[in-house]
Amino acid sequence: MGGSTHRITGKEAVVKSLIAEGVDLMFGYPGGAIMPVYDALYDYQDQIKHILTRHEQGATHAAQGYARVSGKVGVCLATSGPGATNLITGIADAQIDSTPMVCITGQVASHLLGTDAFQETDVVGISMPVTKWNVQVTKAEDIPAAIAKAFYIAKSGRPGPVLVDITKDAQFGEVDFHYEKCTNVRSYVPQPQINPEAIQAAAALINAAKKPYLLFGHGVLLGDAQEEFQAFIEKTGIPAAWTIMGLSALPTDHYLNVGMLGMHGNYGPNLLTNQCDVLIAVGMRFDDRVTGDVSRYATQAKVIHLELDPAEIDKIIKADVPVIGNCKTALQLLSDAVNENTHKEWLQEFRACDALENEKVIQEELHPSAGKMMTMGEVIHLVSEASDGKATLVTDVGQHQMVAQRYYNYKRWRSNVTSGGLGTMGFALPAAIGAKFAQEEHQVIAVIGDGGFQMTIQELGTIFQTKIDIKILILNNEFLGMVRQWQDLFFDKRYSSTEMVNPNFQIIAKGYGIESNKVTERENLAAAVKEFVNHKGAYLLEVLVGKENNVFPMIPTGASVSEIRLT
Amino acid sequence: MMAKEYTLSVFTEDQIGLLNRVSIIFTRRHINIESITASESEVKGVHRYTIVVNESEDLVIKVVAQLDKQVAIVKAFYHETSEIVYQEIALFKVATSILAAGGVAEKIVRKHHARVLSFETDYTIIEKTGHKEETQELFDELEPYGILEFVRSGRVAITKPMKEFKDYLAEIELASTH
Repeated sequence: MGGSTHRITGKEAVVKSLIAEGVDLMFGYPGGAIMPVYDALYDYQDQIKHILTRHEQGATHAAQGYARVSGKVGVCLATSGPGATNLITGIADAQIDSTPMVCITGQVASHLLGTDAFQETDVVGISMPVTKWNVQVTKAEDIPAAIAKAFYIAKSGRPGPVLVDITKDAQFGEVDFHYEKCTNVRSYVPQPQINPEAIQAAAALINAAKKPYLLFGHGVLLGDAQEEFQAFIEKTGIPAAWTIMGLSALPTDHYLNVGMLGMHGNYGPNLLTNQCDVLIAVGMRFDDRVTGDVSRYATQAKVIHLELDPAEIDKIIKADVPVIGNCKTALQLLSDAVNENTHKEWLQEFRACDALENEKVIQEELHPSAGKMMTMGEVIHLVSEASDGKATLVTDVGQHQMVAQRYYNYKRWRSNVTSGGLGTMGFALPAAIGAKFAQEEHQVIAVIGDGGFQMTIQELGTIFQTKIDIKILILNNEFLGMVRQWQDLFFDKRYSSTEMVNPNFQIIAKGYGIESNKVTERENLAAAVKEFVNHKGAYLLEVLVGKENNVFPMIPTGASVSEIRLT
Repeated sequence: MMAKEYTLSVFTEDQIGLLNRVSIIFTRRHINIESITASESEVKGVHRYTIVVNESEDLVIKVVAQLDKQVAIVKAFYHETSEIVYQEIALFKVATSILAAGGVAEKIVRKHHARVLSFETDYTIIEKTGHKEETQELFDELEPYGILEFVRSGRVAITKPMKEFKDYLAEIELASTH
């Protein structure tokens, strides 16, 4: 790296650039237009490990899982045409959930561009709406700078996915290789300077507040603001609630963690949004699943919005005091400017709501009456206890996702990996693979429904080949449960195309050499969960849960957060 | 909120595909672009898009923020019509015969201070520069005599506020290194 220059091929320049960026692991799938790079990788196997997924979508989700738990850039590699288009779902997911990812795609030779050549697709055009930045490289000499810029943009500021499309002739061409890391792009300001006046204005509001309330999102994790965040809430005594992307930024059982926001969040955090006097949003973007009807959302409160991306300010909810900049710095400045406080009575209001939710929802979900089918909640509760809240939980999308996040007792920073903004079914299995490769020392549990599991079930092959230790929990209700719940509540129980006739998942697991168990009776559940968590190596546990169980509380679409339903 | 005419000035790096990135931000919100022009600005290597939309100010502010956050967009601005000086250009092709007789069509052209760019036996090309209402007025008056071909450019606009773009560029360039 740096210093001297020597002449190498474009394909080798790709690999050497990745190494220069510190990449030692990537996920991908070979094909015609990317074969030269794969050929070059063959010589660098001791420096870059390549994980062959079973589908390019799996590679993107694995790269996301890797990025989300490590904070590093996830990397994936695919060929042109279908290889490239198969990346799009993962790229879109990474874009909406601000996940740093670099995707490198092969492209047909430059003289064939635009001619409908074999496996040609305009992936730069297709990926443009869902990438933070993308570029096509047609000359070998442009490869190092393009990759350097890609990594810089993916990781800096509000992170996101970047795609670099490299024509086959560029891979075969020659370049005087000299790698220089990118440190700035003149049109791009990743770290806006924090306005000290905004900090003072925010502190004044917070100091005068009787009922301040804090909402935290992914920004706290992305900003690496663990200590600053905790110090701020502990100094001010402000109750804090999380979005699903912010989950695990604060231990679930922290005394100021009042729970989950949004459509299936906790009762108090939603209800009391409309009773607080100052609302402090930290690194979150007021997704519609969090706000419900915005015209009846926290209209009584002064809103302070700590946010890195200026385009998020006033996008959904008007901020009285926007604090634009990295929340790690902003929280530290704010901590210095605020008074120590406790808001015991106000916190008590949350606890009172908890008691009601506990009585109406949680008790029956975690400890159902005998004779009732098993609930997702009781399974998660047992998994949480057996793993002591220390596993990385990777969830798919649907009812099980809501239940897992509601009832798992997250103790570890950055231990929640889920598809939040895009809601991508099929995310969990490959994302769990990526998460495990990033942190082999931690247990990784993928919680998946019977529907989502079958969307990327082929990644069992990746687990088989790499012998990676992933625990797979299938919460099987033989339905596309969340859609069925909506059909139940809002479409007169007209269960249109939501019932699943499932295969024998244990036989499938066996085919991939993965040990498994299936629990159909409650009396076997606790022992099965223990075995699941303690097993050495990959393991699949399928639990048959109530077919028509619904997730509550719930804020129906179009309703206000204060209209949250407990039943 | 009331829809109004706004003119956006978007300063970008000179990169392939940027027009697509710019237009996506409008299409995903189902905003119709009334007119768009692109050219190099006074700063070498920086391109300037002039985009006209009819939308509420609230929405325009959000669109400008989403344009601004694109990596290769240096800066995006929006202006009310009163804050800009703007022009459009229209070209008309008419049969020379309608002008030749010294008849009404010639008077119309004179009245509108239009310019004759090319005068051929069969046809004449007339240029009219002005606001859309002005070029449209000429169009409406010539139409009864037969317009063989008509084209109107998008708007180009210069803003009245005095801060120069290169000062913004210097600020952003400095901020990009933080």
